Amino acid sequence: MALTHDDVCRVARLARLRQDEAQAQSMLTELNRIFALMEQMQGVDTTLVEPMSHPRDVAQRLRADRVTESDRREQLLPLAPKSENGLYLVPKVIE
Amino acid sequence: MNWETVIGLEVHVQLSTHSKIFSGASTAFGAEPNAQACDIDVALPGVLPVLNAAAVDKAVRLGLAVGATINPRSIFARKNYFYPDLPKGYQISQYEIPVVQGGSIDILVGEQPKTVQLTRAHLEEDAGKSLHEDFHGMTGIDLNRAGTPLLEIVSEPDMRGAAEAVAYGKALHALVRWLDICDGNMQEGSFRMDANVSVRPAGVATLGTRCEIKNLNSFRFLERAIDYEVRRQIEVLTDGGTIRQETRLYDPDRDETRAMRSKEDAHDYRYFPDPDLLPLEIDEAYLAQVRSSMPELPAQKRERFTSEFGLSVYDANLLTGSREMADYFEQAAAGLGGQAFKLVANWIGGALSARLNDEGIEITASKVSPVALRALVERIVDGTISGKIARDVFDAMWSGEGQVDEIIERRGLRQISDSGALDKLVDEVIASNGSQVADYRSGKAKAFNALVGQVMKASKGKANPQQVNDILRRKLDTGV
Repeated sequence: MALTHDDVCRVARLARLRQDEAQAQSMLTELNRIFALMEQMQGVDTTLVEPMSHPRDVAQRLRADRVTESDRREQLLPLAPKSENGLYLVPKVIE
Repeated sequence: MNWETVIGLEVHVQLSTHSKIFSGASTAFGAEPNAQACDIDVALPGVLPVLNAAAVDKAVRLGLAVGATINPRSIFARKNYFYPDLPKGYQISQYEIPVVQGGSIDILVGEQPKTVQLTRAHLEEDAGKSLHEDFHGMTGIDLNRAGTPLLEIVSEPDMRGAAEAVAYGKALHALVRWLDICDGNMQEGSFRMDANVSVRPAGVATLGTRCEIKNLNSFRFLERAIDYEVRRQIEVLTDGGTIRQETRLYDPDRDETRAMRSKEDAHDYRYFPDPDLLPLEIDEAYLAQVRSSMPELPAQKRERFTSEFGLSVYDANLLTGSREMADYFEQAAAGLGGQAFKLVANWIGGALSARLNDEGIEITASKVSPVALRALVERIVDGTISGKIARDVFDAMWSGEGQVDEIIERRGLRQISDSGALDKLVDEVIASNGSQVADYRSGKAKAFNALVGQVMKASKGKANPQQVNDILRRKLDTGV
């Protein structure tokens, strides 16, 4: 299975990546090379292998339900381009 | 043409943990904006999520309560989309293997029992809040809610109308509060419903195209939104149109649903396992431990209330509406017997509920304690006071005038059961109501009740009504 130029443009749009035509072309070539490798891996017989969701074969550690973080607003808010009244300001979004 | 409505519900339940699902920030409602959004919640580069054990515990409780399969291994996935209240650019959720799979909830639609099957329940994080008031044409973002643990409970499309959807919503709401996994506060957004609604001609087996109505935070809005949406879809189809699968919003002011402006790719979430989180493993020992800490469930309690206390299904249902009410009943009923249980149930469903409603308080804040109510019922059962007088005593107790016996003594409310005193009252009433006595003797049964009423009035309600009946009948019929 090979990607098309349209696929690359669509994925870039979904990921909010801006790319010009030259970048789209080189991205298509690179991604298809990776896909070829995947294609090759798909050929391996894995019928006896349990699917893994993570390369490390261990289970998730859990944390106790305790509040450990203090108010960091004064440190974090200034990192944003704009803020007011304790809120982060972003270009208007409305559904 | 006859149409059938098909509804499935997705409910977002905020789990009542102290800290967030993947960070140690507080989840308390009502803090200053962004005061409870830590480095993980605002998605600073390099931070890592660590799963909250209490969120898992609460999800498992729900699963066990609805008879679901708890997956021994479930996986967290990234649901990718861009929205400013989601600073990572993805929401951590569960996709392919959720923690809770299947299960069912029994509901009552009017008097009619019905079982709604559940598809799944998965853990995920809540997003922040967008504030669209005018900040010079910009949107304000408060990330305090970002990372609050959610359990999304998805039903099968088993409901056939707004009434069933509301009954299911209410049953689920009561259950999550019962299990103490959610505070159930709908105004604060702790319990938010999405309704998937479609219609099809009656008798057709395949489902019609559905629309999803998002973010309904009251049962009234749920009902109205479904009713509107069903009418709209039937109208479109009757006019020869087709339903477009889309997400809609309910506008309570205009009582209608309307399509959200959505971009074409909006639903391509490109889920993949989150590499920051390992699989969640739940073993038998853990399940046994949660199981042993589970409270008696509403259905079990209902069953026991009918068998152990001889209550009607109606009363048992009423009393198991919340765990607090069921606890109140059990404390009030402790040590009583026989008909007293029914009396306790009547008092809780009647005078007590009315008072709680009037004052807008919970049963846990009742001004008449379960022990005080039990004492009151005991005085009715042993004949010290009549049920009618008990109402006054209850009101006095509610106003803080003291214990049952004090109030009865202080106000002289003790029922007159002394037959000498009652004889005298009855004689007086017979003597001064000649025409009603004559009516009774000429066969007008109603006149008898009027005479009983006169005696009760003369005793200021304190006469034992049964005794008054007996004495009056004897005197009228036999003259002695």
